[in-house]
Amino acid sequence: MPVESIYPALEPLLPLVRKPVQYIGGEVNSTVKDWDAADVRWALCYPDAYEVGLPNQGLQILYEVLNERDGVLAERTYSVWPDLEALMRERGVPQFTVDAHRPVGAFDVLGVSFSTEMGYTNLLTVLDLAGIPLFSSERTVCHPVVIGGGHAAFNPEPLADFLDAVVIGDGEQAVLQITDLIRAWKREGQPGGRDGLLVRLSRVAYVPRFYDVTYHPDGKISNVMPNRADVPPSISKHTVLDLDEWPYPKAPIVPVAETVHERYSVEIFRGCTRGCRFCQAGMITRPVRERSITTIGAMVAAGIAATGFDEVGLLSLSSADHSEINEIAVDLADCYEGTNVGLSLPSTRVDAFNVTLADELSRNGRRSGLTFAPEGGSERMRKVINKMVTEDDLIRTVTTSYASGWRQVKLYFMCGLPTETDEDVLAIADLARRVIAAGREATGRRDIRCTVSIGGFVPKPHTPFQWAAQCPAEVVDERLRKLGAMLRGDRAYGKSIGFRYHDGQPGIIEGLLSRGDRRVGGVILAAWRDGARFDGWSEYFSFERWARCAESVLPEKSVDLAWYTTRERDYSEVLPWDHLDAGLDRDWLWQDWQDSVAPEGAAEVEDCRWTPCYECGVCSAMGTEIQVGPTGERLDGKRMLPLQVIG
Amino acid sequence: MAKPVPPTVSLPAAQYLLVRYAKRGKMRFASHRDVARAFERGVRRAGLPIAYSAGFSPHPKISYAGGAPTGVASEAEYLTLGLTSPRPADLVRGQLDVVLPDGIDVLEVTEDAKGSAGESHASEWRVVLPGVRPEAAAEAVTGFLALSHAPVERRTDKGVRQLDARTAVVEMSVLDADDRDASRRGTVTSQEDCAILRMVVLHQVPAVRPEDVLTALGAGQGLVPSSPPLTTRLSQYWPERGSAGTLNGNTVS
Repeated sequence: MPVESIYPALEPLLPLVRKPVQYIGGEVNSTVKDWDAADVRWALCYPDAYEVGLPNQGLQILYEVLNERDGVLAERTYSVWPDLEALMRERGVPQFTVDAHRPVGAFDVLGVSFSTEMGYTNLLTVLDLAGIPLFSSERTVCHPVVIGGGHAAFNPEPLADFLDAVVIGDGEQAVLQITDLIRAWKREGQPGGRDGLLVRLSRVAYVPRFYDVTYHPDGKISNVMPNRADVPPSISKHTVLDLDEWPYPKAPIVPVAETVHERYSVEIFRGCTRGCRFCQAGMITRPVRERSITTIGAMVAAGIAATGFDEVGLLSLSSADHSEINEIAVDLADCYEGTNVGLSLPSTRVDAFNVTLADELSRNGRRSGLTFAPEGGSERMRKVINKMVTEDDLIRTVTTSYASGWRQVKLYFMCGLPTETDEDVLAIADLARRVIAAGREATGRRDIRCTVSIGGFVPKPHTPFQWAAQCPAEVVDERLRKLGAMLRGDRAYGKSIGFRYHDGQPGIIEGLLSRGDRRVGGVILAAWRDGARFDGWSEYFSFERWARCAESVLPEKSVDLAWYTTRERDYSEVLPWDHLDAGLDRDWLWQDWQDSVAPEGAAEVEDCRWTPCYECGVCSAMGTEIQVGPTGERLDGKRMLPLQVIG
Repeated sequence: MAKPVPPTVSLPAAQYLLVRYAKRGKMRFASHRDVARAFERGVRRAGLPIAYSAGFSPHPKISYAGGAPTGVASEAEYLTLGLTSPRPADLVRGQLDVVLPDGIDVLEVTEDAKGSAGESHASEWRVVLPGVRPEAAAEAVTGFLALSHAPVERRTDKGVRQLDARTAVVEMSVLDADDRDASRRGTVTSQEDCAILRMVVLHQVPAVRPEDVLTALGAGQGLVPSSPPLTTRLSQYWPERGSAGTLNGNTVS
């Protein structure tokens, strides 16, 4: 069946909308394959605007992995802004891919990557514009299989009605397994219809409709059970071992439109075992798997040549922790010295070594700002979250930064952490003052700055804080107001300290969606029908809308917005995601939660890369292992240079 | 602790190349800045010895002449590249064209004495007006040309701007059937019923764009297309460079 481009219908609408370039595709390294030559066709969706979605590393990786295979076709689709959505509805133009402007409804699979829960309503817009029934139960073999993935799909229960299947964990191998299952099912003549395919997929993905949830009279979950014999009782995450075998993205798409990150990013390792108790990413991506220095060097050289980007980002959850980060930094800086290629390292660890690395990577460039994330304002608070940084560490680190020429230091914090009091947050003001004082002393200058950036903490599934009560928005706002007043009112230092903060209310809705169960799906649907779009954008987000929809949709008085967010859970409560296995031992998580709030002070957890295994459960449950160097290899600068830049 | 030092000073430009390129098809929706980013990456991918400005944030030496507005296609956009060592112009054309997105097409590269593309004095435009009969368009053009002034307003980010669309227009006509077929080739739209205008508009300050002329044709002459018009810049007029090779044989009176 030929599938035609919808571009002729879209083109007359484009002069009428903002930034039409985001809808045209045609980017360098984008791929358009022959529709009829492919037997499994994926539409990969990032449910946010193109400018945010395009640089997403996950989608870029899967796009390449799939398109490299014969007989497989993958195209990309992003959320359209409300101005185009209105015109598309008026003229009957369906959700389209930007690669070949094919209608999303014609694909075999719609794979949706969720980085944040605030993208959930945009999923419904994509489905609706694509002409795909919103409810999994209403779809037929004529519709694409709708599969979710990404960090914000580790608790997909609020989306259970809308997703056909959910991949938990790394996607590289999972998408290929799914491709093979779909191909076989199609070749055999689609036996068993749509459910026949979903049963096959249930070997590698979670199929929510094959599980029933029952509730106690008090609203808590009583049980989550498979409703058929041929699906497993619980589903495990996927873990890619040996990142050197999966060197993606090799040639990422270079946008024509302006996007939030314009650089070639290479993941230098995946996973983190620092053990910060608030950090979902660090918990669900275990164990640490390093990419070797030689693969990193080869990827950077080929990536720059393939894209023409002039900036390289060395990504990971804590990049300074790579066993050979020093060699990577020095060798890459050598290789690219004098080439106008910039190197950057997200520098969040509070550690003077991090500054040395940043110095190395910015050898040729301007030293504008460094970012550190102490997360908690007081030492007590940092112990609770297991972010083991002393105030002296921090002062030493920022002093080194200012002394080596960095003018601005950004400090990230969270507000509303478990056991937090006003004093813990106000301690940030003292810290900022000490930072400026130390900086002025180290440099003898008064033009150094420090910016405090702070937002409300949202407890996440699969973390030790998954049982915690979320701090009410009013309390967060009040503490931030006090902190802001204290910083601004400081005569000696106030002018050198910037203050950026996020209001508490969006965090409450993020909390509802993060730890919600299947009943929250009704709230998402009601909010979407009421007009919720782009909830991650403050200009579109409406707390009033979500609160109203939660009140009207949630079944009982006792199970309300507060019940999902500001209520502490106990050990015995069945959590909505308990049947989804990220590998973490539930008892270990519980003990870590108890250790964090112990009245005598929080107990510290070391990093298992450097201390004996403390049995978080991941490696034994998933059959994985820590993969770290050193390899002892070095990069040869002259051989690596991909460009002849100064001739 | 070592202080940052300014990067190695880039070699000065040893050669300037004047590049004429087209913005075609879907790429008409690329803005001036979008095109500039594409070229900066393009010269790096092509491995051209591009010269850089000095200082802590060096920029590649690429100088752009005023670009066609976002949404408007063009067969005649210009920029100048500064290279640190001479390269054959023809070779650069091919090297650059292959690394740019389809639709940003490098048409011609010539050696140039100057480091800046400068500003042209006028442009020739073709405008496809969907849903407009050629006779109705001809009538509107006659009416418009008979005016001495055609005041229009354009909303910009800075507020409403007052412009005179008539004084900027030095030529305007409706293409007949033969010209239309030739002219339509390469455009995306396939409206059967449409009129095609050709006009030459001076580059004044404040700038009058083809869309401003169309606003005047709509308001004053009742010429309103059924869907957004498709405008293409066909050529630019450079008095100091002479018109040969840059104005496709057309001259501006």
